[in-house]
Amino acid sequence: MHVPDGFFNAVTSVSAGVVAAAGVAVCLRGARRELDDRTAPMAGLVAAFIFAVQMLNFPVAAGTSGHLMGGALAAILVGPYTGVLCMAVVLLVQSVFFADGGLTALGVNITIMGLVGVLVGWAVFRLVAGLARGKGGVTLAAFLSALISVPASAMVFTLLFSIGGTAPIEVSAVAAAMGGVHLLIGIGEGVITALTVGAVLAVRPDLVYGARGLAKPLVLRGAEGTTTVGAPEPAPVRGAGRPFLLGGIGVTLVLAGLVSFFASSSPDGLESVAESKGFLDRATDHVFSGWALADYGEVGGIPVGVAGIVGVGLVLLVAGGVAYAARSRDRIKV
Amino acid sequence: MNSLEVSQLAYAYPDGTQALFGVDLSISRAERVALLGPNGAGKTTLVMHLNGILTAGHGTVTVAGTPVRKDTLKEVRQRVGLVFQDPDDQLFMPTVRDDVAFGPANAGVRGEELDRVVKGALERVGMLEAMDRPPHHLSFGQRRRVAVATVLAMEPEILVLDEPSSNLDPAARRELAEILRSLDVTVLMVTHDLPYALELCERSLILSDGVIAADGPTRELLADADLLARHRLELPYGFAIPAV
Amino acid sequence: MGAGHHHQLYLPGGSVVHRLPPQCKLIAVFAFAVVVVATPRERFWAFAAYAVLLGVVAALARVPATYIVRRMVIEVPFVLFAFLIPVIGLGERVTVLGLSLSVPGLWAAWNILAKATLGVAASILLAATTEPRVILIGAQRLRLPSLLVQIAMFMLRYMDVIMDEMRRMRVARESRGFEARNFRHIPVIARSAGALFIRSYERGERVHLAMLSRGYSGQMPIIHDMSASVPQWGTALALPAVALAVLGLGL
Ligand SMILES: Nc1ncnc2c1ncn2[C@@H]1O[C@H](COP(=O)(O)OP(=O)(O)OP(=O)(O)O)[C@@H](O)[C@H]1O
Ligand SMILES: [Mg+2]
Repeated sequence: MHVPDGFFNAVTSVSAGVVAAAGVAVCLRGARRELDDRTAPMAGLVAAFIFAVQMLNFPVAAGTSGHLMGGALAAILVGPYTGVLCMAVVLLVQSVFFADGGLTALGVNITIMGLVGVLVGWAVFRLVAGLARGKGGVTLAAFLSALISVPASAMVFTLLFSIGGTAPIEVSAVAAAMGGVHLLIGIGEGVITALTVGAVLAVRPDLVYGARGLAKPLVLRGAEGTTTVGAPEPAPVRGAGRPFLLGGIGVTLVLAGLVSFFASSSPDGLESVAESKGFLDRATDHVFSGWALADYGEVGGIPVGVAGIVGVGLVLLVAGGVAYAARSRDRIKV
Repeated sequence: MNSLEVSQLAYAYPDGTQALFGVDLSISRAERVALLGPNGAGKTTLVMHLNGILTAGHGTVTVAGTPVRKDTLKEVRQRVGLVFQDPDDQLFMPTVRDDVAFGPANAGVRGEELDRVVKGALERVGMLEAMDRPPHHLSFGQRRRVAVATVLAMEPEILVLDEPSSNLDPAARRELAEILRSLDVTVLMVTHDLPYALELCERSLILSDGVIAADGPTRELLADADLLARHRLELPYGFAIPAV
Repeated sequence: MGAGHHHQLYLPGGSVVHRLPPQCKLIAVFAFAVVVVATPRERFWAFAAYAVLLGVVAALARVPATYIVRRMVIEVPFVLFAFLIPVIGLGERVTVLGLSLSVPGLWAAWNILAKATLGVAASILLAATTEPRVILIGAQRLRLPSLLVQIAMFMLRYMDVIMDEMRRMRVARESRGFEARNFRHIPVIARSAGALFIRSYERGERVHLAMLSRGYSGQMPIIHDMSASVPQWGTALALPAVALAVLGLGL
């Protein structure tokens, strides 16, 4: 999803640039509170890691592959503010050193993949991790946050494209195609994010920003035997990120609202679905092996755009349900 | 005032492995002390506390009267120079010159003065010709020598070396000993090379299972076969403590 | 460790372009990209002129055309997207080779292709003539927030480590007959991702500790002077200036 030069018109590119710059500025201030003198190295590592994993394509379905975007992963590992900085740096490096993503589209790219990806990812993570506690809860929250952040980014892309894209395309068609493909990519992203976070949590829990605490007491061996002393104060998870949580929820709501507005207010929505179906069938034939999009395109006569939203909503509901279930299970254990 | 003062130091790694279980030691100015002990005893862990790279889980570390705390780190790190066990961890800049310049440049040295310091340090370890080469193209022993130069360039008051003689050829090992002897600084040297300890250090400490198990003149410790055996230390085959 | 050996885009050399200070080149490329994007899509000859300009820079820098072309693959996904636009686009349609294509869609496709290609080529030229580490010094001089520069610097450093580890792990996986082919393999890849993260972190952590122990306090020390003279700025800015002149001619 690295947008090249010339994809968006000048006004959109510049506005997105302003949004991205403002967002990064806020995060620069916030990041100081998140981590100590390891901020830069840890963030650098996360950035390098995301860069590397973005090159690691995973199969989405027969014949198609997607790659990690990493917004949710960054947020969970280093916190939302630093997470945005990581994504911004990845995109900057990709566009300047590797010509991946246009220089003038940098603002768009940072907004879509950095701000939205991290924001939505962190919001979902906090919500779910707040409901389902413990290591299992963190892993589950990681999965869901990544799963949802990817289609959310895709939706913002669609939205921007409908406002300032340089090509005349039916919004609902793009939304459906982008949303569908990215929902699938989101599953892969969710699995990778959850397993990465889980693996790090198992070996170096101190490295996961979203899950700090839990230090064992220390043992002293002296001439007069063995004594136990309290562990040092664990670094608490700071209250930072509340604005992020609210922001994330806000963005999600606005997105849902806007996209459904577009989807339902275009009088030729149904017609265009029919028209674009030729394209969609062709473009995504191998992605969906015939069935997925058919179901996705028309659920009892509901246009795709709406179907997409309903889909995302369902995912959210399921996520909430699973999180709730996980929480009750944890309670029973205690 | 003691150069180094460690008391009741305990530390557990983030994964829960506890490596130090209450270490006590003190070293006075300009003393040269060897730190001996088997693999996994906690030597490297202890050394990492001496300039605040690891933060004590319990207990205190004091360097020349200054307690090692978050707010004193800068000062402590200027006083204590640490040569890592693995030179690959120590060398990170694109060229040898930049790497040696890193420490002094952080301390604010610039321009001609910086150049002079860098060349001086490289000259001492005999690596002046490698100045513009990337560190990862050097041999292991050469990298170790550059690693020593990076620390010498900072002119520390206290020099802490983690197994400096491993992988050095005999001549380089001797040259390093000469460098250490020529410096008027406190030296704490972790080593498995017992003859080297005997040659360079009057006094030795044995760290075993995360506590100091013995502290005394190197000659006496090395002559105590039982003590050595208890802590998995062995003199090289055919080596005998020379008579005074 | 150390930077430089895997960044495939950098092509060592001593040309005028190579020797320009990084901050000048960054501004020049960025300004060029802005001019390109601002050019109306009907102005075919302007795009041709821009391409010629980049050709001149490439020749000066002694970067072979094949080198640039081979690195253009990065653009492929969007080229595919661009080809789809005329098919799915709205508005007036024409029939080309039996395909019904949208006219505004064709224009849009051309617009994206031309601008993206020029942008990518300019970026490749920048990366081919400037070491990543040096680009970062340039960025620092251009007052990019130092925390961002630092993160990028560490990112470059860790990339070495990660690429190494990744190669090793892939070899280990594939030598045991594993190849990612479908959905069921995602967990395998993901588990390697987790292991990769920890392995790289622990290697990188030690380097960071070494930096700390030599007085690193969050700012890369200034070891080499890297200021730009007026003639150097002039040379670098010639590229966007000429491009702007080309654009101006048509107004
Ligand atoms: N990063 C780490 N995470 C977890 N445990 C560690 C880590 N580094 C060391 N340890 C453990 O701490 C203990 C002490 O290790 P340390 O490296 O201090 O030993 P050492 O005395 O330097 O050994 P050697 O002679 O082999 O260098 C060992 O049990 C080791 O496994
Ligand atoms: Mg050791």
